Amino acid sequence: MATTQLLKDPPISKRLAKNIKRNFIERVIEIILMFAALAATFITIGIVYILVTEASGFFKEVSIIEFLTSRQWSPLFEDAHYGILPLISGTLTTSFVALSIAIPIGTIAAIYLSEFASHKTRESVKPVLELLVGVPTVVFGYFALLFVTPLLQKINPDLPTFNMLGPGIVMGVMIIPYIASVAEDAMRAVPMHMREGSYAMGATKFQTAIRVVTPAATSGIIAAYILGISRAVGETMVVAIAAGQQPTFTFNPLEGAATITAYIVQVAMGDLPHGSLGYQSIFAAGMVLFVITFVFNILGHMARKRFAERY
Amino acid sequence: MEQSKVDEEHSLIKPKTLEEVRTMIRAHKRNDFIFSSIGLLTITFALLTLLILFVDLVMDGYPKLNYQFFTDFPSRRAANAGILSAWVGSLLIMLVTFITAVPMGVAAGVYLEEYAPKNWFTDIVEINVTNLAGVPSIIYGLLALGLFVYTFHLGQTIVTAGLTLGLLMLPIVIVSTREAIRSIPVAIREAAYAVGATKWQVVLHHVIQYSFGGILTGIIIGMARALGETAPIITVGALTFIAFLPPAPLTMEPPFISFEWLQSGFTVLPIQMFSWLSRPEHAFHINAAAAGAVIIILTLVMNGTAIWLRYRIRKNIKW
Repeated sequence: MATTQLLKDPPISKRLAKNIKRNFIERVIEIILMFAALAATFITIGIVYILVTEASGFFKEVSIIEFLTSRQWSPLFEDAHYGILPLISGTLTTSFVALSIAIPIGTIAAIYLSEFASHKTRESVKPVLELLVGVPTVVFGYFALLFVTPLLQKINPDLPTFNMLGPGIVMGVMIIPYIASVAEDAMRAVPMHMREGSYAMGATKFQTAIRVVTPAATSGIIAAYILGISRAVGETMVVAIAAGQQPTFTFNPLEGAATITAYIVQVAMGDLPHGSLGYQSIFAAGMVLFVITFVFNILGHMARKRFAERY
Repeated sequence: MEQSKVDEEHSLIKPKTLEEVRTMIRAHKRNDFIFSSIGLLTITFALLTLLILFVDLVMDGYPKLNYQFFTDFPSRRAANAGILSAWVGSLLIMLVTFITAVPMGVAAGVYLEEYAPKNWFTDIVEINVTNLAGVPSIIYGLLALGLFVYTFHLGQTIVTAGLTLGLLMLPIVIVSTREAIRSIPVAIREAAYAVGATKWQVVLHHVIQYSFGGILTGIIIGMARALGETAPIITVGALTFIAFLPPAPLTMEPPFISFEWLQSGFTVLPIQMFSWLSRPEHAFHINAAAAGAVIIILTLVMNGTAIWLRYRIRKNIKW
């Protein structure tokens, strides 16, 4: 059988020719795929390039020292000041409010889901968490402006319509599913035999969760926090809708203040001519935002990788 | 001798009576119960809060959610305003996003997982993709403003917005493609190589086929995210008041297909909601709630499909 098959095959030269063609196509496809992968790198390069070139125009007019130390940000006014600090204080305050809600609740939820909940509860709550991560942020802006802030105003009538507390709380609620989901994944990844060892020594579920599982999953949990921080800092629509547009240097969440992201939205909504200082200022602000989130993302990535390697 | 030493050590620790030990156990069990209750309450509280918010939104918008709302252009009078231009804009932009991000993302994922040599270069690309997934969306908006609008002169058009969201969606597609491919055992590939398949044949006929479900999950999640994204679309210059539709993609005269719509100005659902939300009149807030309900339902359905799909894949496939 095999020999007759061999005799029917085309002569060797033709088969070699086909092979060369085949190998050539293989190479071409590999190169095309490689360029697709490179595109991801080009996006980062593109971001850095655009931010740096546009912001360098800004820094020709404004000294970096003023940018980093002045406590007034009013690039669109007659009496222009270019200090990024008010925008940073707004960003930090809203993020702080959000994280002081999201981190404790998210952590408790993660520990409960991973260590206490029955299989059935976990399997039904986990998809809901994933579903909630995908809800568009503009919708949360609506909640902050028209639900949470009026509610807070009933408790404290002096609260202005645009304040940092309401959007901060909503952002916190928004980030809970994210932190809970990532932290739960980290705790699930702790090998079962560590829990079994602890139970065998007579430890209760709570003792096991706090003294064995949580320490073992620390880097994963920290990664969840860091990614949560990065999300809070970069969050745009909630604060643009409900925290106000006035850059104020304050850390009081009961006041309204613009964040970096809200400022960018505010300028982009208006029609500033390309190349003007106001137009370039959003790239300078964007660069600060990019650097902050970049640092957090790298830290989070490193923490995550460490916990992935351990088990 | 040995025994007495152990006894000595034991006597150093204060001996506990049976009663003390029982109290201790009771205390620990109580802690267990307390934490378990707190955990359950916390989760119920968080989920309930979100549920109340959604119900509140849908109830607010309910009076507006009728056929008219979907067929009316925005208007200065809240009662007449609808989301026709917004949902058409969203649809067309999603089309551009899909066409650009999906082939590129899948190709990049396949390359990184199947072809890429393990070296520093691949590491850099990898860290890059992870980092891109965490870059705030408004930064993509700034990139698009500088690059597409003012460097490539594409203008503030549908094609610009579609490409912007395509960039945003790319890392999501890459990551999910890689995860889906990674779960396919090496044995499958080896079997295909053993009968003489080339690398590309293995990838096309086996790897992509078997990971299709996982890739699709990522695509749907990415599209849902693109649909709800607002910030980058604002920076590339979406208009908030559009009372016209882009030119139809299909025409009566030959060549029947027109690409003029790519050059048209646009608005999208979340932008329409944002613009109504920033008006002081209450009537417009009701419109915003109705638009919000439409967005929420669309994204929940899309994400729900994706999660269900992933659940089914995990359940059915056992290598």
